[in-house]
Amino acid sequence: MAVRVQREAFDADAEVRALVAGRTDIGSVVTFTGLVRGKAHGHALTSLTLEHYPEMTEAELARIEAEAVGRFGLAGSLVVHRYGELHPGDPIVLVVTLSAHRQAAFEGAEFLMDYLKSRAPFWKKEALADGTEAWVDARETDGEALRRWGGPSTKK
Amino acid sequence: MSAVDSGTLSESAASGAAGQRITVRYFAWVREKVGRAEETIEVPGTVATVGDLVTWLVARGSEYESAFQRPGVVRAALDHVHVKATAPIRGAREVAFFPPVTGG
Repeated sequence: MAVRVQREAFDADAEVRALVAGRTDIGSVVTFTGLVRGKAHGHALTSLTLEHYPEMTEAELARIEAEAVGRFGLAGSLVVHRYGELHPGDPIVLVVTLSAHRQAAFEGAEFLMDYLKSRAPFWKKEALADGTEAWVDARETDGEALRRWGGPSTKK
Repeated sequence: MSAVDSGTLSESAASGAAGQRITVRYFAWVREKVGRAEETIEVPGTVATVGDLVTWLVARGSEYESAFQRPGVVRAALDHVHVKATAPIRGAREVAFFPPVTGG
């Protein structure tokens, strides 16, 4: 179990290799990578800048990860989230879940992403090709995605 | 832990209605509207909850009024944990105000 918040890019393949090295108890690895899209509401995007709350981010990600590991009985997990200025095609977030069987790894990865999107203290600002800048609005669907998991941590 | 810290703590403990010194941090468009990322303020003892603190800040100036004008939109954390407006601030070192998060 690990969480990392960093400015630099990550290498998903290398992260997975390191996580499974020397282990024979793992039958399933699910990897999710989030990338910067080149369009926002139909307009060309120049850059995406992620601000975060450093002292809270790692603590909150660790709480979310611990909940996922406990709830799904994961054999391991990793969350890497970037901050700073990113560009279309750049990776933003990596979630890796390890388990003996596939269901826990699939569900654990989805749970981690749903929680991360609604709880981890990151804010995105879009800069468009026409020179305008705007903070991204939280999507109502992210809150709905959370509610399907139920449980105490869905309370705000 | 400095001598100043322990002095402040015992003063607070001596009187239930005493004010407290708290660090307030702002993020994303809340930071832009308030015009600063962080400040340390002395709040009166009558400010008991996160919601009271918002009301108290709004009365201090138009920049706060602008940041908090849409009721219920701005979120809060106390000592790095998400909280609701009803959460008591007594004993907290740091409160943060920010828009709904948009990471991932």
